[in-house]
Amino acid sequence: MLCDVCKCNDATVFLTQIVEGKMQKVNLCDACSKEKGVQDPTGFALADLLLGIGAAEEIEKGAATQKCPVCGFTQADFKKTGRLGCSTCYATFAEGLGSLLKAMHKGTEHVGKVPEHAQRAAQLNDRMRTLNENLKKAVAEENYETAASLRDQIKQLESDLAS
Amino acid sequence: MKFSNILSTQGEWLRGEGPHHQVVISSRVRFARNLHDRAFPGWAKKAERTAILEQIKPRVEELPEMQDSFSELLQDLSSLEKQVLVERHLVSREHAAKGAGSAVVMNRKQTLSIMINEEDHLRMQSMRAGLQLKQAFKLVDKIDSALESNLEFAFDPHLGYLTACPTNVGTGMRASAMLHLPGLVLSELINQVVQAVGKIGLAVRGLYGEGTEAMGNLFQISNQTTLGEKEDEIISRLTKVIETIIDKEHDARQVLLQKKSNTLWDQIGRAYGVLTYAHAMTSKEALNLLSIIKLGVDLGAFPEDRRLPIDELFIDTQPAHLQKSSQQKLNAEERDYLRAQIIRERLKLFPKPDIGNVVKESGDGSAAKPPEE
Repeated sequence: MLCDVCKCNDATVFLTQIVEGKMQKVNLCDACSKEKGVQDPTGFALADLLLGIGAAEEIEKGAATQKCPVCGFTQADFKKTGRLGCSTCYATFAEGLGSLLKAMHKGTEHVGKVPEHAQRAAQLNDRMRTLNENLKKAVAEENYETAASLRDQIKQLESDLAS
Repeated sequence: MKFSNILSTQGEWLRGEGPHHQVVISSRVRFARNLHDRAFPGWAKKAERTAILEQIKPRVEELPEMQDSFSELLQDLSSLEKQVLVERHLVSREHAAKGAGSAVVMNRKQTLSIMINEEDHLRMQSMRAGLQLKQAFKLVDKIDSALESNLEFAFDPHLGYLTACPTNVGTGMRASAMLHLPGLVLSELINQVVQAVGKIGLAVRGLYGEGTEAMGNLFQISNQTTLGEKEDEIISRLTKVIETIIDKEHDARQVLLQKKSNTLWDQIGRAYGVLTYAHAMTSKEALNLLSIIKLGVDLGAFPEDRRLPIDELFIDTQPAHLQKSSQQKLNAEERDYLRAQIIRERLKLFPKPDIGNVVKESGDGSAAKPPEE
């Protein structure tokens, strides 16, 4: 019988694990079992080994016990379906998803179309940053007249952002 | 618009008339979009899915492009009707499996189809005949911009449009073309092409997308990645690759004509013989033989005005189309009889292959002499 991981050496280590009521078996050669740290069976997940470089392993790093605050999705659900629960899941599981997306795509930053509402929000945020910097400078320079006008502009912008 | 109208009108993109129509059957671009802060369809409970559907469907139906549209809840379509839509590539196989809480809206010309609550809340796709990825893109892009003024789509400044599956995140765009490549298949060069295309981040698939077999020498080629590249860059990269494949296919056909003309005439003659005389035929066999006849039309062995009946048979001999036209559910054996019968009838007045009419492009410029009969 060949090793399930390298598929070239004869398997010498045979493992059976029960995960969520399902029995899984894996056969490993000596070298692979050492490499995967199988000497200590308690500290290793069979599913991850079987999925290989799979998504489950990656996402688990970031959020072993995390649950999406919006939709209640967990990393175990991702493992099962390969799909996420809602758009907020991308933030919830960001750490694990990062390397997954890197392996999957051409780049890690979106460079394509931006919806209008997001464009507007980005512009307002930029403007807010500039105003705050200017306010700091004005206060430091004790230029209170300018500071007051800046403060009013920031208030106006805050209400724009909230609407 | 009623379902019977869909069946009776050939989708505009099914009439093989677009640019490069000898090799490129159709072009398609689809966008995946989701509502902000709502569970994706696969994770949402039925009540939430229904609420999402009720929020999106009116917005889609009011689009000027969707005047006189066909709009139906998936639970109101029979399994046969759903299958007809799959065979026309108007809905995905995944979507056809959906019931309550999902819908499909499409225009009369069948060039624009919007699936609601497929894997994502919105999957909008535009189809065109021949190689017209840019034009297909323009239409979906316009629809997307129109919808976004009324619906807030899930978007992240760094990750772009957020989708249920991480493989679609970013642009959420999948652009694909359906290619007819009998020359590359017959000259056994197709695997080289498939491998080369795979290496540059594009995917090659069978007739009905992911995990399906290539039948009738038809292949779908599409972009694999969606993050880190602009929409128009993806489209032009894909278009360039397809143009290269078109050249390779034409080259392969010329080589076949010059070096293996006997094999070619044999294939065309056999396809013609079997199609015109067989009494039972599976859809796979029909597609494979029709593909050879289509190649014969391309090469001039059949008159150009016979192209349309052949293109129509590609769709009309699919299992659900057969059953829908005969108004009854048929088992596989009955379908095979009916399929052969329809093909025989449609090819009754089809002329025999005229290989004397075939013209080679290179060499001394003279027309190729067919082998002596």
